[in-house]
Amino acid sequence: MTPTVFDCETSTVREINVALRALPSGSSATILNPKGRHNMAVGMIKDLNITFEGSVGHYVGGLCDGINIKVNGFCGWAAGENLMNGTIRVTGNASERVGATAHGGTIIVEGDASTRAGISLKGGSIAIAGDIGDFAMFMAQAGILLVGGNVGEALGDSLYEAVIYVAGTVKSLGADARYEDITESDVSKIALLCETAGFTHIDPNNVKRIGSAKQLYNFNALKEQKY
Amino acid sequence: MCGIIGLHLLDSELEPQLGHFVTAMLTQMSDRGPDSAGIAIYGDVVDQGLLKYSCRSDDRNFDWISLAAKCGTRLVRHGEGVVLTGVPGLQSQIEAHDVSIISTGVAVEVFKDVGAPISVLERFDIESRVGYQGVGHTRLATESAITTDGSHPFSTHADLCVVHNGSFSNYFSVKRDLEALGEKFLTENDTEVAARLLGYEMSHGRDLGDALKVLQKTLDGFYTLLCATQNEFAIARDSVSCKPAVIAVHDRYVAMSSEYRALAELPDIDKAKVFEPAPNEIHVWTR
Repeated sequence: MTPTVFDCETSTVREINVALRALPSGSSATILNPKGRHNMAVGMIKDLNITFEGSVGHYVGGLCDGINIKVNGFCGWAAGENLMNGTIRVTGNASERVGATAHGGTIIVEGDASTRAGISLKGGSIAIAGDIGDFAMFMAQAGILLVGGNVGEALGDSLYEAVIYVAGTVKSLGADARYEDITESDVSKIALLCETAGFTHIDPNNVKRIGSAKQLYNFNALKEQKY
Repeated sequence: MCGIIGLHLLDSELEPQLGHFVTAMLTQMSDRGPDSAGIAIYGDVVDQGLLKYSCRSDDRNFDWISLAAKCGTRLVRHGEGVVLTGVPGLQSQIEAHDVSIISTGVAVEVFKDVGAPISVLERFDIESRVGYQGVGHTRLATESAITTDGSHPFSTHADLCVVHNGSFSNYFSVKRDLEALGEKFLTENDTEVAARLLGYEMSHGRDLGDALKVLQKTLDGFYTLLCATQNEFAIARDSVSCKPAVIAVHDRYVAMSSEYRALAELPDIDKAKVFEPAPNEIHVWTR
């Protein structure tokens, strides 16, 4: 089926989002000249295939369920924020908070991602081909982050049940995050995610696993008691 | 909020279009800062022994021609903007006529005012400006009143200009320290403190990058800062980086803004490396 074409030069973001929502399930759409506009393709709850020909602004694909989005360019803050299910692929670099609070689906960044990637992740997978910045996966509760490159400061601070895989170096771990032994099940999960993402530069057997030490799960009233 | 933009041209063929690009970029940032706006244009470097003074008066019918004659300066108008060119040391003579000097330098000219950014751009005819470097700001005031003097860019020392998105928390104590060192403040604004701190450090031998390192140690708060001198173009972020910043590096230019949409119309932007700088990072380009 030929994709429906929208042009941000002639339609507003709201007009395009309303028209996208009206398309039948399984439809494809191409969006021209996004030029960094915010809130593109937010709140789509069907299986649409949407391609952005250019860079987008904040919150692309936020609150979606079942969507398949490709951004041919850079994306602003919080791509795929609160994604429920579906796939978002960014071919350039991503700004802050990619995949923040996502519950499911897969978010793939072919370049680097900035600070706070996967903050408060609640499920699903995030795969970053390159490097990521500081504070990634802060308070992430469930799901996976895979990083092909290097990671900044305070990775996985106050982590819950989410798991982080890093192929490169880690500047520092956050409070309660720790390195753990990699299992066969991890290796197969990484291999599957690499295959989905199309990443060939990561050796699934040669990746660091970071999980929660679970020392912050309960308040320890007796810790460092002086009396 | 506040919006910031900057363009540092590497290819001189783009210089005739500097004003056009700066206008398009700042217009995109209008809704981040609807209170007031300001622009610094670097170009048209004056001969040795001369200095450009960007001036303004609250009196719309001010007689600039006779002021220029009295001070022995050349007068150039850019819309409502006024640039006097003359020998160094004319500040007090110019200010004696109830005129504010917004910037001095061999390359920089600063234009700023309250009002919608689009109208400020028009008032100073920025679209037609030629130059090698431009810096712009749209302001949503937080730390001081909405006045022309409180608008950005702050150009406190020769050829320096600073625009800021964020706010500093300890700026009163830093201001006191700088006052003790001889800096004289013109506003209650926090960004003026940052500009004077950078200017003070640079007048004591540091380059812009090192002066920004001192700023990161001295000033507490949240900020994305874009600073420029005659030859330098620099971006600095605080350690938490909750204020946005996007950088585009292309063979023909380096551009920076609060949001990507301000960069979208730059030539060949799809071929530029576009990224968000990391917390605490300082990026400096020197021509």
